[in-house]
Amino acid sequence: MTTTSPDTDGAAADGSAAATDESTGDPLLQVRDLQKSFGGITAVDGATFDVERGTITGLIGPNGAGKSTTFDLVTGVQTPDSGQVVFDGTDITGWRPHRAANRGLVRTFQIARELDEMTVLENAMLAPRGQVGEKLWRAVLPGARSEVVRQEEQLREQAWETLEFLELDHLAEEYAGGLSGGQRKLLELARVLMIEPEMILLDEPLAGVNPTLEEKLLDRLRALREDGYTFLLVEHDMDVIMNHCEPVIVLHQGEVLIEGSPEEVKNDDRVLEAYLGGEV
Amino acid sequence: MSALGDRAAAVSEWFDGRSDAALLLALAAGLYALFTGVSLVLGYDLGGIVNTLRRITFLSAIYAMLVLALNLQWGYTGLFNLGVAGFMAVGVYTMGMLSTAPTTNPPGLGLPLPIGIAGGVVAAALVGAVASLPALRLRGDYLAIVTLAFSEIVRLTYRSPVFETFSVGGVALGTGGSTGMSLPTNPIRILFYENPQEVTSPPSAFGEAVFGAFEGLGVRAPVVEGTAYALVLLLFVAGVYVLLRRVGNSPFGRVLKAIREDETVAGALGKDTRLFKVKVFALGCALMGLAAILWRIGGIASTEDFRPITTFYVFVALIIGGAGSNTGSVVGGAVFASLLFEGPNFVRRVVTQYFEVGIGQTPNTIFEAVGPLASLDVTPLLAYTLSDVNVSALRLVLLGIVLIYLIQNRPEGLLGHRTETAASVDLGERPGGENR
Amino acid sequence: MATNTDTNTVVAFVRGRPVVVAFGLFVALLFADLLRKLGTGALTTASLAGFLKDGTVLGLSLGLAGIGLAMTYSILNFANFAHGDYITVGGVVGWITAFLVTGLGSTELESLALLTASSRTLGISVTTAPVAITLGLLVSVVVTAGLALLIDRIVFRPMRGQRGIALLIASVGVALAVRYLLVFTLRTGPRGLTAGQATPSWTLAVGSGTVTVTAHEATLAVLAVALMLGTHVLLRYTTFGTAMRAMADNEDLAQVSGIPTERVIRTTWLLGAGLTGAAGFLIALERGALTMSFGWQLLLLVFAAVILGGIGSVYGAMVGGLVIGLASRLSLVWLPESFIIAAAFVVMIVMLLVRPKGLLGGVTTV
Repeated sequence: MTTTSPDTDGAAADGSAAATDESTGDPLLQVRDLQKSFGGITAVDGATFDVERGTITGLIGPNGAGKSTTFDLVTGVQTPDSGQVVFDGTDITGWRPHRAANRGLVRTFQIARELDEMTVLENAMLAPRGQVGEKLWRAVLPGARSEVVRQEEQLREQAWETLEFLELDHLAEEYAGGLSGGQRKLLELARVLMIEPEMILLDEPLAGVNPTLEEKLLDRLRALREDGYTFLLVEHDMDVIMNHCEPVIVLHQGEVLIEGSPEEVKNDDRVLEAYLGGEV
Repeated sequence: MSALGDRAAAVSEWFDGRSDAALLLALAAGLYALFTGVSLVLGYDLGGIVNTLRRITFLSAIYAMLVLALNLQWGYTGLFNLGVAGFMAVGVYTMGMLSTAPTTNPPGLGLPLPIGIAGGVVAAALVGAVASLPALRLRGDYLAIVTLAFSEIVRLTYRSPVFETFSVGGVALGTGGSTGMSLPTNPIRILFYENPQEVTSPPSAFGEAVFGAFEGLGVRAPVVEGTAYALVLLLFVAGVYVLLRRVGNSPFGRVLKAIREDETVAGALGKDTRLFKVKVFALGCALMGLAAILWRIGGIASTEDFRPITTFYVFVALIIGGAGSNTGSVVGGAVFASLLFEGPNFVRRVVTQYFEVGIGQTPNTIFEAVGPLASLDVTPLLAYTLSDVNVSALRLVLLGIVLIYLIQNRPEGLLGHRTETAASVDLGERPGGENR
Repeated sequence: MATNTDTNTVVAFVRGRPVVVAFGLFVALLFADLLRKLGTGALTTASLAGFLKDGTVLGLSLGLAGIGLAMTYSILNFANFAHGDYITVGGVVGWITAFLVTGLGSTELESLALLTASSRTLGISVTTAPVAITLGLLVSVVVTAGLALLIDRIVFRPMRGQRGIALLIASVGVALAVRYLLVFTLRTGPRGLTAGQATPSWTLAVGSGTVTVTAHEATLAVLAVALMLGTHVLLRYTTFGTAMRAMADNEDLAQVSGIPTERVIRTTWLLGAGLTGAAGFLIALERGALTMSFGWQLLLLVFAAVILGGIGSVYGAMVGGLVIGLASRLSLVWLPESFIIAAAFVVMIVMLLVRPKGLLGGVTTV
């Protein structure tokens, strides 16, 4: 597990080494000392945590604790001021989002961002990695196109299956702009599943999803975990976090307050304090 | 206003039921019928009618190609490129400098025309790729301003006396500055002439036969030549259309649409959006360069043709057809070129002919035109309005009003919202799906 | 170790902002070359002073013309391509007024109203016809503001809340309609406005040569600075200014907190377009001539000024205008005259890449 790339500076390398000592398991994602401030306001202040391979790790914290910014920093939507993100042994700090995604680390957005003027099926088929038809010449040249068509047929079937599983298949030909809030969340999930990544960061995936579907979704997340997927989940619904996530990381004022099993987190006074303080 | 909107909606509903090919054929037939009618009203002979239709076809084809290219950038990818005229100029001037003879003024390299055309298209693509670099980081309206500035830089450079004639490593070249540059003769002449490069060349045997046959019908040789060229241009339109349909209906096109809708999402899904944008700029600009070469070849390249107004023409045409649709782009190009661009001149001719508004007593100023209104004499105002210069001015006023009307009432274009799904396979029915 | 860290910081800076560093080096190089040219006498101090003066005048023109654009840009969030033609309208109506006031009775009405009368015969300058010029300025303000309100009512108001690009396209339509209606009524062709022989000027000795400043250049400079300062004070210390800043910041929030957004928009158009009309009139005064497209031809430079200064900032427009004006005239030290406009555009594009938020960092300082 010597994971750091050669050009990392001293401080981060130290942090990484320390983390390797501490962690007993098999971390897929290692976040070290992440810092980010916007015009004097520090959003993320030295967040350090690991996400073990094959877990559904919960990330909770009061409003403004820095959860979404942490997601942005990890997936490269924003560049951290300092700190380090290591994914599957590769230092991906400051990588642009598409590189992280192609490496197998993808995320959904807190407010579902659909491609409104594209159909649900187009949305799903957009996502997969390694599409040969994304090369301009292959999309255009007569000879090269047959391979594209073959792959497209496979993708179309895969997309239908994914939509079916998420109960979106009856909407396949609708424009994504016409979906309800819950359906949008599902489509986001469908898209990231189509990528077949190693790890998915889910930013409040259950907001607006009806309870029956919510149960099914959580079942499916567990099934996916069995298949080797790793999840980092931000969720406001404490029941979901406590029943389905292990371990749970609590973020407060841009720092990790505590990391542990749902039981430990539930019984920690500091967590209660942070939440109460956050509410006032 | 709203009645017009309703009618437009009804028209677009009717169109939705038809295939795109039928739609385009119906449009062509309609425009040809209209302009044949107008020519008959004007008392043109067969030669005049053919020439009218030639001009309509020529301009429609050129605009259709330009609009298709812009649609790839703006309609598909959401890149608001206001520098169309500049990229067109790069294509034309590069072709001219490569292929005009070293002996003409301004001198060129005298390379074979196919090399010149290819060079022009490649140069437009390269300049487009360079110009796209700001596009990688700027949002919509900044990009519009930067591309417009870019096209003005290109135009002012070609216009500058510094490059009127210059030499690179002892080889003389030139843009002709503000006087412009004579371009190589139209390659369609290969069909009809012994020495197609020479204006004075006698016709070839085939040319002689064809010209002779049409001469008998009252269609003169230049009209025959021009008509043949216009028909070739239609083939080019078909080619560009097929090319861009393929680009659009593919995983590549899907990513473009995703960039238009939400670039962050496209990036989060693993698409290198910058690379796609550069490619789209290069491809679109290459096609703009090509369209401009086909437009100007056999004539003169002048910086006057590449003012920002040319870009706005293309935008109006695209908005008429509806951004995002390739079929709409062709429709928009044809409707713009024939009705908005050429239409006012025909209206002028018809009205002057039938109301005997003599050219002789055309008032010189708006005062002379409006004054007689006091004695209920509208003829001077009509004559003033219909004078050559003023029809050109009013045409642009009309264009402005059409643009405002469309963007307020029919931002999705005449054809309404069109579904051109981006995939290399049919996304309609699920093949072999049991659940449907 | 310390020096090592310093080197690291420098390297990191260069890596992080290669365009900024390259641009900085380029500017430094130009400055060094400028000094060299002055030293060797390839460039006289007088001609440099001339460039600086011309650049300042152009810069103040652009800055003044840019305030209105900056105001509407920050409130309505779209690049108004009709702004250039508002400049033209201001110049045209103001000068028709000045012509009528001066020549009525002695010269044919038509030629005055169409601006075709001989400027030599009329002999207008700030000193010979101060009343005509003052009235012209007032009319240009009033008419341009009225026109902008009318157009807002017909074109932009029905489109409130739409995307910036849709409004931009509509404004292109407005630009075409306005410009060519002017062409339709007044016809094309340049119009001479002021009489050179009647315009006082001062010749200053600089080094071995001289620099001439005309009274019209001085008028433009003084009024431009006064109007810019006035606008700044107005926006800083009035309720309207506060409301406008709030709206520029967050329109929804402003609306929720009870700011009458429509009224603020109307006032913004009135004030912005009024200043634009004045700019059109004064620019025509300084140049002594106008065409029906002079505002349109200035538009890109005005955009450049406003973008450089940071959208929505009055100071920014002023600073941006000066940078663009000086850059384009100083480019004459190295480039032939046919490139001065292109040079200004290049400065704008490069600055956009280096500092997309503008020189003043995008802080709304109105």
